[in-house]
Amino acid sequence: MKLQLRGITKRFGALVANDHIDLTVGSGEIHALLGENGAGKSTLMNVLYGMYPADEGEVLLDDVIQHFTGPGDAMSAGIGMVHQHFMLIPVFTVAENVILGHEPTRAGGRLDLAAARAKVREISSRFGFDVDPDAVVEDLPVGVQQRVEIIKALSRDAKVLIFDEPTAVLTPQETDELMGIMRQLKAAGTSIVFITHKLREVREVADRITVIRLGKVVGDAPPTASNAELASMMVGRAVELMIEKDPERPGAEALVVEDLSVIDHNDQYVVSHVSFSVRAGEVLVIAGVQGNGQTELTEAIMGLQPRIEGKISLNGHELSGRSTHGVLDAGVGFVPEDRNEDGLIAEFTIAENLMLDRSSSAPFVRAGSLQLGVLQEFAEQKLTEFDIRAQGIDSLVGQLSGGNQQKVVLARELSRELRLLVAAQPTRGLDVGSIEFVHTRIIQARDAGIPVVVVSTELDEVVALADRIAVMFRGGIVGIVPGDTSRETLGLMMAGEVPAEAAA
Amino acid sequence: MFAFGIPRSGSSTFGLSTSRDFFQIPPVTVPTVGTVTVVAILLVVLAVVAHLFVDRGATGKVPLWLAAVFAVLFLFLFLTWAAAGLRSVPIPGLLIGSLALATPLIFGSLGGVIGERAGVVNVAIEGQLLFGAFSAAVVGSATHQPLVGLLAAVVGGVLVSWVLAAFAIKYLVDQVIIGVVLNVLVTGLTNFLYSKVLVADPALNSTHRFPRMPIPLLSDIPIIGPVLFQQTIITYLMYVAVFLTWYMLFKTRWGLRVRAVGEHPQAADTVGIKVQRTRFWTVSIAGAVAGIGGAYYTLDAVSSFGKEMTNGAGFIALAAVIFGGWHPIKAALAGLLFGFATNLQSTLGIIGSPVPSEFLLMLPYVITIFAVAGLVGQSRSPAADGKPYIT
Repeated sequence: MKLQLRGITKRFGALVANDHIDLTVGSGEIHALLGENGAGKSTLMNVLYGMYPADEGEVLLDDVIQHFTGPGDAMSAGIGMVHQHFMLIPVFTVAENVILGHEPTRAGGRLDLAAARAKVREISSRFGFDVDPDAVVEDLPVGVQQRVEIIKALSRDAKVLIFDEPTAVLTPQETDELMGIMRQLKAAGTSIVFITHKLREVREVADRITVIRLGKVVGDAPPTASNAELASMMVGRAVELMIEKDPERPGAEALVVEDLSVIDHNDQYVVSHVSFSVRAGEVLVIAGVQGNGQTELTEAIMGLQPRIEGKISLNGHELSGRSTHGVLDAGVGFVPEDRNEDGLIAEFTIAENLMLDRSSSAPFVRAGSLQLGVLQEFAEQKLTEFDIRAQGIDSLVGQLSGGNQQKVVLARELSRELRLLVAAQPTRGLDVGSIEFVHTRIIQARDAGIPVVVVSTELDEVVALADRIAVMFRGGIVGIVPGDTSRETLGLMMAGEVPAEAAA
Repeated sequence: MFAFGIPRSGSSTFGLSTSRDFFQIPPVTVPTVGTVTVVAILLVVLAVVAHLFVDRGATGKVPLWLAAVFAVLFLFLFLTWAAAGLRSVPIPGLLIGSLALATPLIFGSLGGVIGERAGVVNVAIEGQLLFGAFSAAVVGSATHQPLVGLLAAVVGGVLVSWVLAAFAIKYLVDQVIIGVVLNVLVTGLTNFLYSKVLVADPALNSTHRFPRMPIPLLSDIPIIGPVLFQQTIITYLMYVAVFLTWYMLFKTRWGLRVRAVGEHPQAADTVGIKVQRTRFWTVSIAGAVAGIGGAYYTLDAVSSFGKEMTNGAGFIALAAVIFGGWHPIKAALAGLLFGFATNLQSTLGIIGSPVPSEFLLMLPYVITIFAVAGLVGQSRSPAADGKPYIT
């Protein structure tokens, strides 16, 4: 089915999320929609899927103008969507999720689950998915959950499938499998819109690429375009994708973690018997797919996990057992995973956020009173030093873009005298330009002789920053390998396999 | 259990049939000290078995049957001890009274289960029961037709639900707060109308109660026959309602959609289910069911409305919802348990047991607190329960 979007405009108050966007996706074509976070890709797809009404413009399927009042209309017209955050009911079975909204029934409104199971089996076998229709969705790995989403769309005879950032939650191997599935779907005549900000994937699978920036189409590109070309289209200027860095000059072992385990409130070991060390002046990247214990590991180092076993020490001083305050006082800088939840207070100004973890003593507090003059001077200086784009130090942090928010966090953490830097997912949700900045700063910290622990789920980032890489899987460390380990090996390790070279 | 160490000599008697029964079973008398000792030993053994289950079992949980056997034995122990040397414990009377007290609780808890499965916390059960009782009394008295009164109770429950739905779904007011406010509102309103209208015109507050309709054959079964099958239409409706709620929620298209809306409304929306509309109608049905429970007070238990006559039953029903893990059948069993606890208190008072009456008055609430507290963390509420859906 041929899909056409003509002049789609969507405004949220004063913000124009989509500005006269035109897009044509041919039958049996994989069309990549490339753009940074916040460029308006998801908004556009939600308009197409009937979630938001468009302010202007129209959607055409096979040259017929469509009027969608809700997702139900879009689905019956043949549009299916694989959502970034899966739209599955965790406590329902696969079959129940697939039929929800168009349930086959017998007399008296009784659900016909046998028919539902048959449907799931039929579609799974057609595409070689191994999905048990009676499995409860929350028990399935994310890769399989995504297949359930695909089955759900296909069970409604979708002719156009939208994949919204489908690879964000997948291991590299699962990503490769997904690419295979997309090609299979394409061969079966399905048109695919593939939304992403990852350049490598786009070039691998797309037939055509449309780049969106700030709500506008900035151009088309063939899949043969280079990464640098695509990146500069996305950002609007030339960017360094791989930062330059000198070889590390590691010093003595600084952070030593011995046999560390973290137990959650369900008595489960979310981190189990992990040991590693980081030397001064080196970056250890903890790689792995989201949710394999990395978050809990960094929280354990920061004294944020109540139940831990094992030992954490920094420069010979014990860290485990200290309060978070104690850990910070020991000279640990922390960039938390979720800056909005843990890193910043949105309703506070930039200046106030810059002193958040130094609110108990000099220089910002004397005798219980804030030293506003000192704070102002400090904040002005950091604003310039970290290139935080804001109206001034009194702007509320909640009004800044993600990249500028992260710069505030970095400015705060890096302006203390550090003995260790822990950065969890430091570039999550940032645009390419900000990623470049954050990476540069992290490498500067390393070169200043600070031991650095970075948690990342993005292979590009792992490879860009790491001097050594520890891969986590299901709470344990699969192996610790050199920074120049191949992506294939890392991918296998993220799935829990231990390749020969890593085992050595 | 140490309290039972206090020696109570003599024997304990359990009456097993009422004088009207078809089959007359002689009362059973057991020697108190011997029975207490034997049962206490059995309980210790069961506790050890339960401990082994927790230690070794794959699930780490005590199986339900074990807990049930333990509870029944413990109760038997307690009754044997408490009734030593006194008048016989009327077992059928105890059970009949339990079911009677449980009936509005069960209707209320079904109303709670239905509403919360769709993601709307129904704290207004108390208000729905009370308004149902009031409507049934007034309309039932005016028409002299209990069935019309029952219909009015349904309407009354739905009206309360509509206010809840409007504020919770349309205006996104915190559902717990609006529920509490509704309870206060209904209490005030019915108190006012009672004082100003019903007291002035007693003809508006004297209903014909539903007659008892024994079911042939079934009602002649010893012990459970008179308990379960010599009841009014409201109790029979309750049996149907429990089963029907379970069937509708878990076996039909409607139920799948309601549960989807209560678990993950956005996912339901993306497959074309109208979240707000589903929630609205589901909450309306919840109110209708709770309203029938209200009718029990004025068309079955007594024949007139009294101020605040539901007396907190709605909140106990809410506890039954949680205790029953948002499952209609389990919630109904929880309602029965709470009904039993309440009735146990009055039965023990009548036979003159040595337990202080102040303690007995606390009993139903203590059981409620322990039951609910013991279950927190084990049962899972619908994921989107109480969260408004904003498109």
